[in-house]
Amino acid sequence: MSLVIEKVEKRFTDFAALKGVSLEAPDGAFLALLGPSGSGKTTLLRILGGLENADLGHVSFAGLDWLTIPARERRAGFVFQQYALFRHMTVAKNIAFGLEVRPARQRPARAEIKRRVEELLSLVQLEGLGGRYPSQLSGGQRQRVALARALAIEPRMLLLDEPFGALDAKVRKELRGWLKGLHTRLGLTTVFVTHDQEEALELGDLVAVMNEGRIEQIGPPGVLINAPATPFVADFLEDALARSPDTNLRSLVRARTIK
Amino acid sequence: MASLAATVPSQRKWRNPSALPGFGLSFGFTLFYLTAIVLIPLAALVIRPLEIGWSGFAEILTDARVLHSLELSFGGALVAALINSVFGLIVAWVLVRYRFPGKRIVDAVVDLPFALPTAVAGIALSALYAPRGWLGAPLMEYGIRIAYTPFGVIVALTFIGLPFVVRTLQPVMLELGKDSEEAAATLGASRFQTLRRVVFPALTPALLTGTAMAFARAVGEYGSVIFIAGNLPGISEIAPLLIIIKLNENNYAAAAAIGVIMLAASFVLLLGLNLLQTWTASRR
Amino acid sequence: MTRPLAPTKDHPLVRWTLTAVALGFIGLFLVLPLVVVFHDALGDGLTAALAAIREPDAIAAIQLTLTAAAIAVPLNAIFGIAASWAIAKFDFAGKGFLVTLIDLPFSVSPVVSGLIYVLVFGLQGWLGPWLAEHDVKIIFALPGIVLATVFVTFPFVARELIPLMTDQGRDEEEAAVSLGASGWATFRRVTLPNIKWGLLYGVLLCNARAMGEFGAVSVVSGHIRGLTDTMPLHIEALYNDYQYSAAFAVASLLALLALVTLVLKSLLEWHFAEEISAAHHH
Repeated sequence: MSLVIEKVEKRFTDFAALKGVSLEAPDGAFLALLGPSGSGKTTLLRILGGLENADLGHVSFAGLDWLTIPARERRAGFVFQQYALFRHMTVAKNIAFGLEVRPARQRPARAEIKRRVEELLSLVQLEGLGGRYPSQLSGGQRQRVALARALAIEPRMLLLDEPFGALDAKVRKELRGWLKGLHTRLGLTTVFVTHDQEEALELGDLVAVMNEGRIEQIGPPGVLINAPATPFVADFLEDALARSPDTNLRSLVRARTIK
Repeated sequence: MASLAATVPSQRKWRNPSALPGFGLSFGFTLFYLTAIVLIPLAALVIRPLEIGWSGFAEILTDARVLHSLELSFGGALVAALINSVFGLIVAWVLVRYRFPGKRIVDAVVDLPFALPTAVAGIALSALYAPRGWLGAPLMEYGIRIAYTPFGVIVALTFIGLPFVVRTLQPVMLELGKDSEEAAATLGASRFQTLRRVVFPALTPALLTGTAMAFARAVGEYGSVIFIAGNLPGISEIAPLLIIIKLNENNYAAAAAIGVIMLAASFVLLLGLNLLQTWTASRR
Repeated sequence: MTRPLAPTKDHPLVRWTLTAVALGFIGLFLVLPLVVVFHDALGDGLTAALAAIREPDAIAAIQLTLTAAAIAVPLNAIFGIAASWAIAKFDFAGKGFLVTLIDLPFSVSPVVSGLIYVLVFGLQGWLGPWLAEHDVKIIFALPGIVLATVFVTFPFVARELIPLMTDQGRDEEEAAVSLGASGWATFRRVTLPNIKWGLLYGVLLCNARAMGEFGAVSVVSGHIRGLTDTMPLHIEALYNDYQYSAAFAVASLLALLALVTLVLKSLLEWHFAEEISAAHHH
């Protein structure tokens, strides 16, 4: 039932974004794709979401031949970096969208949709804001609406593109803890993309460090810090973590350097 | 085991595949409609003069009446575009920089030539500048005739060209802001020096673009011109009108020959405008 | 003690002069012709003006103009939506060239726009003999008038929508698809609401031009009064017959259309600036 990515390749007209990416993550994992910009992490995420097609390779997940399922039917809850909320719809309409566009036979009754929206609003702590428009919300609130909208379709996995990229430091910190809690509660296999080392190591229970279209190393945060497999991983993690305000992480790094 | 969708190796791609649907339908319809409505009929025009050969083509175009009509269409359009470049610059400056009551209405009125049908503009201008018209009569006192002369053609072409200059300049002026002017002033430049050396150069590409657009529009203009022009062969007869006259004489070859020249001029202008816009973009 | 002028302010004398020149130019060249239309329409009195509009040939011209616009505008609106969907939502080679081709009809003289259809469908045209044999009339009939109108208004909707949809990006559509929406649902529920004001803006300008087109239609119409004369052609016929007041009476209808168009256009620009487009060039 785990997520298995095998030798996925992707070329755009002018450059190779993914040069054969393989990884495995257990069901319910919280997987971080970490790397500098241009490393291919967002492309991999979009391939998992069905927004790009891989040129070569294979993905299996939940017993399904994942890449052969059209984006529409894949039920990969995708949360976009800039949220991509429907700007002309209220928060409630945004969240209900995935349910309302289902074919008539599978569409829940109106009252049921309304109930689910209320449920999701309270899950993301936005009770009473269903009537607002996205433009009337703060960045952190928009982020949570995007998440609720993705959760509404009962996704098989959750995909987050730079989930905190557009937020200021304080909100970022708050949302991070909240998202971790949510993942623990829902147990949904979650993949998120970030270029922030601290974020990846703090949130992910599995971190894949990517560089130039390849995975340099994948493992739990502690392994990455203590036993970087390549000089790139060592450099990429060390630089950032030495400066991290998080004393826990900083001492981890220091301990390793001394050792 | 590889999945079906993902095993097809990518050939040379002319487009990046996308998760969004409808490319085939929308692109196919776009190409079909463009080809049927625009490209095939234009090809019919371009091919037509080939039937009469170069000598026939040249013979038609060197006819004195044809030559004069082309001179008038291009020359009149040039003069009108230059008039518009001066007044359009002033109008745009006033609309962007000054405040005065009714400014929004004046701004909206600038688009009138876009909205007013050319035939309506044509008869109105003709009535205004006719020897007994509101403007024609006083001008006659000074011995100036506008209607039924090449000046009438220029008046009409000025009317239809103004918005092109104003609407191209306005956004650039707004974007320009006042920073660079303030900087120039703190560096000791006089107001005139600031305008001449800082503001005007920044506006030049847009001014050229707007003027060229006004010119392009004016060259082919028909409706607003023919009433005020009087259409005297060799004096105030424009090229588009001569196309219609040749058509009415069933002289398709001559009509097509003049048409091809005008089309070639539009192509050259379009190309020039594209280059101008690339240049403008590169200076941003 | 007087304070010096702010460095970005023009001297009041300069300001007044330039404002006077600008307003004078606009008044003389743009407003005065419009005033003349309404003034001269009433030259023989209101009753005569109304009679000129109600006369059978005038009615026929109005109907023909409305019919031609009712066919041409929706066609170009559909084209505009299709073209901007393909161009704004997908990446493919030759996009810039395609956009230039779409803009092409704007730079073609109206008379040439009519001429090209005569060269295809006219008696001496490519398909002329075949059409005559099968008794199909295109030139000097409604189809020709519609074709010429479609050509001159071809880019209006597309050039409003292409920059607008490019600006809006693909995120919302991708989100809709990932939430399970079909292509049609994505377009109808996500894209269309986002572009509706821009679409309306384009349709408004397209319609104004379609109803007022003169040069192109003049070439293909054949000028049969009461049959193939559109409103602008009817105005020309009346004017050339020295029926000035009648000509201006019909012209005042088109001038009213222009004014309504300008008012609606300005309202759209003031209220929905962002939902129309960042920059407007014509």
